[in-house]
Amino acid sequence: MKLTDTLRYASDAATGTPLRTGLLMLAMSIGVAAVVILTALGDGARRYVVGEFSAIGSNLVIVLPGRSETRGFNPANLVTSTPRDLTVNDASALLRLPSVTRISPILIATTEVNAAGKLREAMLLGTNDEYIHVRQQKVALGRFLSKSDLGNGGAEVVLGAVIRRDIFGSENPLGKTVRIGDRRLRVVGVLAEGGQGMGMTTDELLIVPIATAQAMLNTNTLFRILVEARSREQIGEVKANVLKMLTQRHEGEEDVTVITQDAVLKTFDKILNVLTLGVAGIAAISLAVAGILVMNVMLVSVTQRTAEVGLLKALGATSAAVRQLFMAEALLLSLSGGLLGTGLGYLGAAVLRHVYPTFPAYPPLWAVLAGLGTSLLSGLIFGVMPARRAAQLDPIQALSKR
Amino acid sequence: MSDASQSLITLSGISRTFQLGDSTVHALRNVDLHVSPGEYIAVMGPSGSGKSTLLNLLGLLDRPDIGTYQLESRDVTTLNPDELAKVRSERIGFIFQSFHLVPRLTAAANIELPLTLAGVPAAERAKRVAQALQEYGLTDRAQHRPNELSGGQRQRVAIARATVQRPAVLLADEPTGNLDRVTGEEVVRLLEALNAQGTTLIVVTHDPALGARARRQIRMEDGSIVSDTTNAQASST
Repeated sequence: MKLTDTLRYASDAATGTPLRTGLLMLAMSIGVAAVVILTALGDGARRYVVGEFSAIGSNLVIVLPGRSETRGFNPANLVTSTPRDLTVNDASALLRLPSVTRISPILIATTEVNAAGKLREAMLLGTNDEYIHVRQQKVALGRFLSKSDLGNGGAEVVLGAVIRRDIFGSENPLGKTVRIGDRRLRVVGVLAEGGQGMGMTTDELLIVPIATAQAMLNTNTLFRILVEARSREQIGEVKANVLKMLTQRHEGEEDVTVITQDAVLKTFDKILNVLTLGVAGIAAISLAVAGILVMNVMLVSVTQRTAEVGLLKALGATSAAVRQLFMAEALLLSLSGGLLGTGLGYLGAAVLRHVYPTFPAYPPLWAVLAGLGTSLLSGLIFGVMPARRAAQLDPIQALSKR
Repeated sequence: MSDASQSLITLSGISRTFQLGDSTVHALRNVDLHVSPGEYIAVMGPSGSGKSTLLNLLGLLDRPDIGTYQLESRDVTTLNPDELAKVRSERIGFIFQSFHLVPRLTAAANIELPLTLAGVPAAERAKRVAQALQEYGLTDRAQHRPNELSGGQRQRVAIARATVQRPAVLLADEPTGNLDRVTGEEVVRLLEALNAQGTTLIVVTHDPALGARARRQIRMEDGSIVSDTTNAQASST
């Protein structure tokens, strides 16, 4: 018997019982659709988190003073154990490194802000004009700090959104003066609400030029230096170069820690991938159930078509041909169910994306292929038994049954 | 016609027993039979006389426990199941009391089935099916399903299906059992016409009138052939 004839006969047999075939395809398609939608959710969560992290600036290399990890014995450890401070000069030196596009020194302290007769506690953040780009934040009103030499800062301040509301209410704060500590600074801008940075909200920040902050706090050290690499691929190179240069500048002692957001990102990526796999595994159980259903339906089909099997044998069908007919039917049923399920899954994912536009619920290709493959495989595995049973039917008894 | 050298079927010493619970049923006991090409044989006898078993054996659906069966001078008792299937496909046509048409397939597709199973190319199949439909006056019924056909038409489709491979032997098990007198008569005439063209026809029946039409009558009882008579002239009703 020719393959095309086998397939046509099998599909005729399947369409001959539309209700049974329909229900079976539904069961199979729900299984596959579950795999597709759940992995779309899992993978969407991964993309969402990774995307959010990237928005913060995933090209970022952060330098902090002091060693946070212990390495083997180093003679330098004996000579001095006090880490050298990070300075503005360190920061300027880093800007000369290749593949570094921007740097932003950070100094943080708690302080009080006083204006229009109101006093409020707030975080003071000293930095430079690049900060807004490095941290990818937005100014709601006015402008950010002006470009200035790292060594001398103007008397200007950018307010966080909440500070601005608490002090000025709905009044326009631009050009007004606030007193921070013993200095009077002119408000040049207000940050957009809802920004995140350094593990805290930017809504309660007072941002001033780094030199001004250092003068106010009477220090020349830095809390952090943010270094932006040209691209994500160059992060490793930048990290190494930063470490090398700072070690050099600190008389050969590696007394700074360089961390990248990429490492954090990778961890999240890994965790969420495992989550997606787990969810796919759960959905695959429904596929196995659908496979057992295929077997059940095919067994019933064999019983109902006993006379037909007997006839086929009388007409000269070999046992192999009969087996192939029933296998083909099981495969066709599960494959069409699988394809239907893939369609349903994509539709479901599209509906999800429509309802939550920020959530990138795209089913990953591997999951779709795995879903289809599993449906085919379960058709194959669970089709074997009914097909064998049909092939082994005794034609005489099969024919006498009617 | 009954030339011994020109033998179609030779059964010698055929026995077939079935195990029914504790008791052994002897469906066939030491049966010898010789059939020449073109014969018209009626096998008669009461229920349980072994005539259906004989037919199944002749149709290679069953194997004897003892004895040999030579079809066209070839010992078919030693063939494996796939080889038997091939012989069934090419040399034997079955006609059943209950027609055994596949209900979801059209008349044309039912007739096409043996050709499809034998792997005949589609173009060739279409040609032969069209020819068969025309020969049996079913051309305008080609696209009807069995439940849209009358009993006589159904049996004609079944006969067309049985003969589309041009078999050497046509085995009919109560071919008129499910038909009224008029359509039964029509079907018998069709079978006899095929026989007249040279196809060997073996009919198993309860109906003495149908049996009497055959040139050779074989009467079975309790698994044995008790009489084997050849009419000089076939009688007609």
